[in-house]
Amino acid sequence: MLAFARRNTRELLRDPLTLAFGLGFPLVLILLLSAIQANIPVPLFELQHLTPGITVFGLAFMTLFSATIIARDRSSALLQRLYTTPLKSVDFILGYTLPIVPIAVAQSVICYGVAVALGLEVTVNILYAVVFVIPVSVLYIGLGLLCGSVLNDKQVGGVCGALLTNLSAWLSGVWFDLNLVGDVFRRIAYALPFVHAVEMERAVLLGDWAGIFPHLWWVLGYAVGTLALAVLLFLRQMKRQ
Amino acid sequence: MDAIVIDGLTKRYKDVVAVDGLSLAIRQGELFSLLGVNGAGKTTTIKMLSGLTQPTSGNAFLHGKSICDDLTGVKSLIAVSPQETAVAPGLSVRENLELMCGIHGFSKEKRSEKISQLTELLGLEPVINKRAKKLSGGWQRRLSIAMALISEPKILFMDEPTLGLDVLARSDLWDIIRSLKGTVTMVLTTHYMEEAEALSDRIAIMKDGKLLICDTAEKIKEMAGTDQFEQAFIRIVKGVGK
Repeated sequence: MLAFARRNTRELLRDPLTLAFGLGFPLVLILLLSAIQANIPVPLFELQHLTPGITVFGLAFMTLFSATIIARDRSSALLQRLYTTPLKSVDFILGYTLPIVPIAVAQSVICYGVAVALGLEVTVNILYAVVFVIPVSVLYIGLGLLCGSVLNDKQVGGVCGALLTNLSAWLSGVWFDLNLVGDVFRRIAYALPFVHAVEMERAVLLGDWAGIFPHLWWVLGYAVGTLALAVLLFLRQMKRQ
Repeated sequence: MDAIVIDGLTKRYKDVVAVDGLSLAIRQGELFSLLGVNGAGKTTTIKMLSGLTQPTSGNAFLHGKSICDDLTGVKSLIAVSPQETAVAPGLSVRENLELMCGIHGFSKEKRSEKISQLTELLGLEPVINKRAKKLSGGWQRRLSIAMALISEPKILFMDEPTLGLDVLARSDLWDIIRSLKGTVTMVLTTHYMEEAEALSDRIAIMKDGKLLICDTAEKIKEMAGTDQFEQAFIRIVKGVGK
């Protein structure tokens, strides 16, 4: 499994899109919105609010990365070759999931690092916020595993690169207050995990430990559910091969 | 001794019978070709023998291990070089070989030894540090076969190994396949008559999932009453339809 995971790490890190979108894009957003905040102050864009939001939003790219690598492997017949080796289904699932977790953590470390450079107060809570990124990243990676198991590499770009990124942005409360849009929109947003992930991260960063609930349960529930469904769909396509 | 014994192997997809009651035996060390037009059932046969697809009925035994009951045992014996390019594009040639060594759990020493051995056998030295996605089709096929040989398989399945290659690349690959003869049992599928004739110890011709004939190229020509193998293939395949 480690050899397969190492291969996936190399493939991901050698893809310029990973660096550009995974690390570069969230940084640009923090810098841009902080510049706006300096001129037109908005409470939503204060660093202690904005940074957890952007950190979670950046994780949407982990979905794109995991979906793309799986869909590419399926289309190139590499998976077909590997299915005839001693690798078991659990090796495939872990091999695709584990290499992306450190990338997600690195992305959040960079986001918080830049926020500190821009004036975010340095507290131990930043460290905890990075740790709480892990279950959120598993949720996003699970979504990628799910999409990569059913979509081809071209469809993955549209669904994960455009649709999911936008949905997770609109329904997360990072860019605008969900109360301003209306009750239906708000209810939909709170039935999905994105806003809970953001609110959990914000609570952790503020040291408001009571405030992480019930958001943590929503995130964990969705992460486990998504990963379980992803495993089922991956095994189904494995059987179809 | 028979390396592969196929007994009434059948694969149905809803209304389509892709392989229909195939029975034959392949000897150890033999280079055996499955020949046929599109949809003849060649790739499905290889997929069943390598455990990628379960047969609807029938069975096959690879060195005595059943593809239905002992897939783990079968996997320890075989390697597959699929029809499409099956390499990790972002990794170099060496890293692709290392990946397969790692998957098979080789020690560091064995890994170096196998990589040196296969690099030499398949002439991969000039491209050893190149990324796989930057290689030509011919080099990618060589790499694909090297990756399949890493595990020292007793049986190697090659699905259309020279499809889309130019004449020189194909000739180079033929030399490599010939050099493996006797050491590993090889089953290859091909569309190319001259390839099957030039390389194979025996050839099975399939049509619509059924086995039409299985013999040496010489015997097949003799039975079809022609000294041209392509002509013999056409006569045999058309003859059944009449």
